[in-house]
Amino acid sequence: MTMAHEKDIVLNHPKDPAALLDVIRDVQARSGRVSEEAVGRIAGHLKLSEAEVRGAVTFYHFFSLDPRGASTVYLNDSITSRMKGRAAVARAFEEEAGCLFGDVAPDGKVGLFPTSCIGMNDQEPSAIVDGVVFTALTPDKARAIVRGLRAGTPARDQVTSTGDGANQSELVRAMVVNNIRKRGPVLFGAHEPGAAIRKAVAMAPEQVIDEIKRAGLLGRGGAGFPTGLKWEFCRREKAAERFVVCNADEGEPGTFKDRVILTELPRLLFEGMTMAGYAIGAKTGVLYLRSEYAYLRDHLEAVLADLRKEGLLGKRAGGREGFNYDIVIKSGAGAYICGEESALLESAEGKRGEPRDRPPFPVQTGYKNLPTTVNNVETLATAARILVEGAAWFKAMGTTQSAGTKLLSVSGDCERPGVYEVEYGLTVAGLLEMAGGAGAKAVQVGGPSGTCVAPAGFGRKICFGDLATGGSIIVFGPGRDIFEIVENFMEFFVEESCGWCLPCRAGNVLLKKTFGKVVGGRGTESDLRDLETWGKLIKSTSRCGLGQTSPNPILTTLKSFPELYAAKVLKDEGSGPAFDLTAAIQDGCAAANRQPECKESLHD
Amino acid sequence: MTEIRFTIDGRACVAKPGQTIVEAAKANGVYIPVLCHYEGLKPVGSCRICTVRVAGRFMAACTQPVAEGMAVENTAPDLEDMRKSLIEMFFVEGNHFCPSCEKSGNCELQALGYRYQMTAPRFPYLWPGRALVAGTPLLMLERNRCIQCLRCVRGVKTKDGRKVFAAVERGACVTIEMDKKLAGRLSEEQARKAMDLCPTGAILRKETGFAVPIGRRKYDHAPIGSDVEKGTGR
Repeated sequence: MTMAHEKDIVLNHPKDPAALLDVIRDVQARSGRVSEEAVGRIAGHLKLSEAEVRGAVTFYHFFSLDPRGASTVYLNDSITSRMKGRAAVARAFEEEAGCLFGDVAPDGKVGLFPTSCIGMNDQEPSAIVDGVVFTALTPDKARAIVRGLRAGTPARDQVTSTGDGANQSELVRAMVVNNIRKRGPVLFGAHEPGAAIRKAVAMAPEQVIDEIKRAGLLGRGGAGFPTGLKWEFCRREKAAERFVVCNADEGEPGTFKDRVILTELPRLLFEGMTMAGYAIGAKTGVLYLRSEYAYLRDHLEAVLADLRKEGLLGKRAGGREGFNYDIVIKSGAGAYICGEESALLESAEGKRGEPRDRPPFPVQTGYKNLPTTVNNVETLATAARILVEGAAWFKAMGTTQSAGTKLLSVSGDCERPGVYEVEYGLTVAGLLEMAGGAGAKAVQVGGPSGTCVAPAGFGRKICFGDLATGGSIIVFGPGRDIFEIVENFMEFFVEESCGWCLPCRAGNVLLKKTFGKVVGGRGTESDLRDLETWGKLIKSTSRCGLGQTSPNPILTTLKSFPELYAAKVLKDEGSGPAFDLTAAIQDGCAAANRQPECKESLHD
Repeated sequence: MTEIRFTIDGRACVAKPGQTIVEAAKANGVYIPVLCHYEGLKPVGSCRICTVRVAGRFMAACTQPVAEGMAVENTAPDLEDMRKSLIEMFFVEGNHFCPSCEKSGNCELQALGYRYQMTAPRFPYLWPGRALVAGTPLLMLERNRCIQCLRCVRGVKTKDGRKVFAAVERGACVTIEMDKKLAGRLSEEQARKAMDLCPTGAILRKETGFAVPIGRRKYDHAPIGSDVEKGTGR
């Protein structure tokens, strides 16, 4: 029965390789896996090799060649989730399901899998069950979910209470809470619906770009490229068509601010995408929505439908003759690397999310090889507000180099986790005071790829030029183990590297291995020098931003907490054992089916 | 067509518009080591061995176009040591046993190891477990020696454009998969080409081997890169 449906699912898609991820997604949703038979069918339909289809399936977290169960639990594995009790929740899931994480229960009804940060760091531990988000999990709740699934209650029907704001709407019905802690004047200021589009289309496209340039708006995803300049470069390219692509794939562990914009301010975002389209001369905007936020898709589609009805999208958008513009939503499938703009484009085109070489840049050769401006959710929403209120208004906020406000996602050991819209230039100490994070041992600014700041650095400012960040802020309280944090971050990068280039693919594994040796108490001072040298090698030679920042957890803690590392290593240069001899012997004994002499650890 | 003027380690060079640093260097008799790059295939920058420095920034010379006035650093000691590190990293990432390999003497990774006077790698060996694929009539894929340069992915296709080789999985788990159905349909000539494309001994033509004895192979005579440098010294 399943197979018959699967065949139709495949055949219903266009015979276009660009449809690859869409076909896989539908098959995965229907059958809980992409079987060998399905691989063959998809390859035949899209004129691809089976190896290519398997390549795409195995690249993404939420696709699988092997069965993932009739229902699938994806439990977030971020450091904050661990800090908030993930281990006990995971155990409860495993006990109730009757299988370990990474496996499917014997009855095939439930599969348990770990996944990288799902954008719920302010309400951990959290999980996605059949596309439905469950937050603030406890062992009891975990057991109840599995029991419910086994009894035939779909995940969606197990959401008994909903969060605030649009989370309550019938199209979302999520238990997610917004946790908006500080409303600033830019994103959360009073905004007349449609004002940005109407104002944009009354101006010349160049004037729109000019206003954004004068405001000094820098990309909010973290890289900080001047937005106006990007639009200008894109507009200047001679091409039959140009695209606006909105990067709604915030995957940096600890970030969730775009979730709040997508939930509460989608109109503002779409206004920003539309004025960007007008500015660069595009007909189509593409919202690349991370799979973890698929629960917001119906809500977003409904907002787009409203905008079309109001004449703000579609033919003569905003009433402007000749400006025909619409927005489509493309879904991701779980891959941190797809937050990198060129990997995102590859994924949007239905391929493995592997970054491209630059040059050419996306403004020259982007989506479908046409000039494309890829902008972050927050950047586009901010641009809409700038156009309405004016560049001068915006520039008056923040610092000289970093104009305006920034949305921060604060999580971890603080009393008030959530979203804060603050002016650039705020110190880490100032933020800790706002969020109730007194006594913090360290603050991770910018997520794993950012900087681990020790108390001595709490006077540093959040802005470009000092602590630049896409907005992920994780607070670590006095009892936290820095090494556990670093290890989690390195695991994350090893897991999320696309594997294209050597230094990122193998270098991070080597870095993590040597780090483990140091933390295990078997390292020497030369290992610390290696960590630094190899870290710099990976940063210097990697192909994209992932590898260029992946050693940061080790490099920035070596700098902030040198005393912790110094206390771990053997002073005796070069004479320590590189591995745990006892553990190695035990492995050997287990392989030979013989009990080791020393039995205590085995009977614990 | 206007010529682009640039320098490599201070030496004046000229390039055609659109040429990458690697191509232009070669045309000027300067060798920049490469592994993933193969003439005629779209460069992908996967091995990073060709990393050079321009105005303080590192970049892959195989993908970066030359620009007017560019000052390329190619043989600075720190750069050469980074390259040597990457070569060593390849040796610990896979399982490379040169003496028993059919490609020994024709292997570009081995040749680079010699050129960079590599002895023992500075990194710990990872000893990955990698499955060998032999279920096709003409070719076998010995993944222990695969360096994921993606040459086969780019260069071996069927007449209707389907890729015979593709990358599967992600991160450290990435492997190259040979599509058995399509590989089974390759002609003798295509199979030979696939083996020649592979810089190491990962893709092998079955049933023949050691046609040229070790000692009389490509890099047994002269180090890799010396053809480029011929007449220019180093």
